[in-house]
Amino acid sequence: MSQPLVEVRDLKVHFPITTGVIFDRVVGHVKAVDGVDLAVPRGKTYGLVGESGCGKSTLGRAILRLTEPTAGSVRFDGVELTKLPPAKMRGMRRRMQMIFQDPMSSLDPRQNVESILVEGLQAHGIGADRNERRKIISKTLDAVGLPKWALSRYPHEFSGGQRQRIGIARALVLGPELIVADEPVSALDVSIQAQVINLLDELQDELGLTYLVIAHDLAVVRHISDVVGVMYLGALVEEAPSDRLYREPLHPYTRALMSAVPVPDPEVEDRRERILLAGDLPSPANPPPGCRFHTRCPWAQPTRCADERPVLRDVGGTRVACHWAEQINSGELRRHEVRVELIRPEGEGETPGVVSAPSEPGSYV
Amino acid sequence: MALLDVEDLSVTFRRRGQRTVHAVDGVSFSVDAGEVVALVGESGCGKSVTSLALMGLLPRRGAQVGGSANFDGTELLALDQRSMRDIRGKDVAMIFQDPLSSLNPVIPIGIQVTEVLVRHRGMSGDAARKEAANLLDRVGIPDPRRRLKEYPHQLSGGMRQRALIAIAVACQPRLLIADEPTTALDVTIQAQILELLKELVRDSNTALIMITHDLGVVAGMCDMINVLYAGRVVESARRKELFAAPRHPYTVGLLRSIPRLDVGRGEKLTPIRGSVRDVLPWSEGCAFAPRCDRRIDASIGEPPPMVPTHTGHSYRCVNPVPVEEKA
Repeated sequence: MSQPLVEVRDLKVHFPITTGVIFDRVVGHVKAVDGVDLAVPRGKTYGLVGESGCGKSTLGRAILRLTEPTAGSVRFDGVELTKLPPAKMRGMRRRMQMIFQDPMSSLDPRQNVESILVEGLQAHGIGADRNERRKIISKTLDAVGLPKWALSRYPHEFSGGQRQRIGIARALVLGPELIVADEPVSALDVSIQAQVINLLDELQDELGLTYLVIAHDLAVVRHISDVVGVMYLGALVEEAPSDRLYREPLHPYTRALMSAVPVPDPEVEDRRERILLAGDLPSPANPPPGCRFHTRCPWAQPTRCADERPVLRDVGGTRVACHWAEQINSGELRRHEVRVELIRPEGEGETPGVVSAPSEPGSYV
Repeated sequence: MALLDVEDLSVTFRRRGQRTVHAVDGVSFSVDAGEVVALVGESGCGKSVTSLALMGLLPRRGAQVGGSANFDGTELLALDQRSMRDIRGKDVAMIFQDPLSSLNPVIPIGIQVTEVLVRHRGMSGDAARKEAANLLDRVGIPDPRRRLKEYPHQLSGGMRQRALIAIAVACQPRLLIADEPTTALDVTIQAQILELLKELVRDSNTALIMITHDLGVVAGMCDMINVLYAGRVVESARRKELFAAPRHPYTVGLLRSIPRLDVGRGEKLTPIRGSVRDVLPWSEGCAFAPRCDRRIDASIGEPPPMVPTHTGHSYRCVNPVPVEEKA
């Protein structure tokens, strides 16, 4: 296999929590991303899923250095990004672009589409003159399925799906190799979602793009990704080829997440069994010791889980961060009902309730 | 007779100098006690406006409500503000999408829960507080006594939605309207909340109107499903029948455009052409016709009528999808 386009090693992004009126005193850190290793193969799609607050967007931004990583390394096509001087970094940005969730707030309402698209070209000195730039732009418009007359219009004149197309065009116009798409379809209606998902698929086939897709919707991620990484509280808990992950999820969190996704089919819905998780995500400012998930995990064991942080390890082609993955998968360990304690900063959030767990491990759709 | 009978409900927004908008254009459905009825559709189809009209929460000026909504013998749409206030929160309650903006940020949760008890059940002081703690406990909020003193921002999204549900069920309403109750929540929290709603319906025989855009949520919990498009019900059927044999091209289109967890990569989605903006007024034919692949000459010109079948399944289409060609 050829060298992956993006290689992330032990990436950390910690945001300081400060107090004080005049002097900022750092009282702690929010560990948004806390040691992530991943590789995005060239021409493929890597899907990153997780619930809000798990650090998936921060990870995406840190890879592009839109948020400065605290530690770790990001290699893009063999070049170490984290140590690149700003001028060089700006040059690299041409090769890596981002698509944002909400096209309304990521497009300047006072710029027309032409000006939005031409801005990047000018900044990177692409196209010798106006005519050449126009040619590039009209080619891009065709590619994303926007009409010619769109050029002189403003973002508010378009529907949500069309706005997202403008966002995609803005990323594409520079001819990037990597596109980081942060929740590209979650703001859109289902019928429009499908249009945009198909468009992303087609563009990948045509242009050989590499995608890092960040989304909370597992069904969407499964649909467009070759490899899927599941994040929980700042770290990857499982990574596997898309089909394998859905056929045989190994990490308890992945299992719970998958059993919670509604499937538009009553036959399936009636048959399947849910793993309900207790409470909410613990605060990333004060993550639980040991396995991050052990406070909510229906399979948590008295040994190891609470005091030893599991690392990603290979289990039959899946990378999973769980001490007991094999035993859980073979059915040796059963789910139990647990009342879990959460460690939280004083006065923040709540303690979680009881996990109501049905007794039989079941099939996951 | 059903608990709630909505007949030909219409809501028209008029503003001077602007085009008149028919947000809801003749919606009919009924809900029985202990039944979960879904109103499904994409943004702009009129599902939320329908619920607001039923609750009498639309602005008096500018919004014109027509038709009828018979709630156990009472005509909801004809009530004056005063009598509506007696019903709202007591017999009919509502859960909104965003719990943070529907709870008052400067008042502790406890007062917001006891408020309903005091107003509708005539409870006072200690009794109300005790009942409020019971309610929070019932919806799965741990340590309810302490929660009562806390403000909405101190609770997580899922907990806030639970608190809102506690307020809604405080007076054991006979009808509960949930407007996108889980859209703002993560999937694992969504699963918790849906489970809670199912439990409430089962235990207290409450009728539930579930308003959502998510066909997955609908498939899991609703008995009767109404698919809305451009302010009208275009298809209405019992849960299993709708998913097994959808007849309206819009329903079929929706089902085909949803990426499914149990279907692999590489399978192309079939999106619906165009967007909700490409709509024909119902008076000039089928509103979905501009986006429809099965459009025929008869789709344009006259509004298509609702075609009933013997199983209680009905659809508004002159050229419906044949039963065997299902999504």
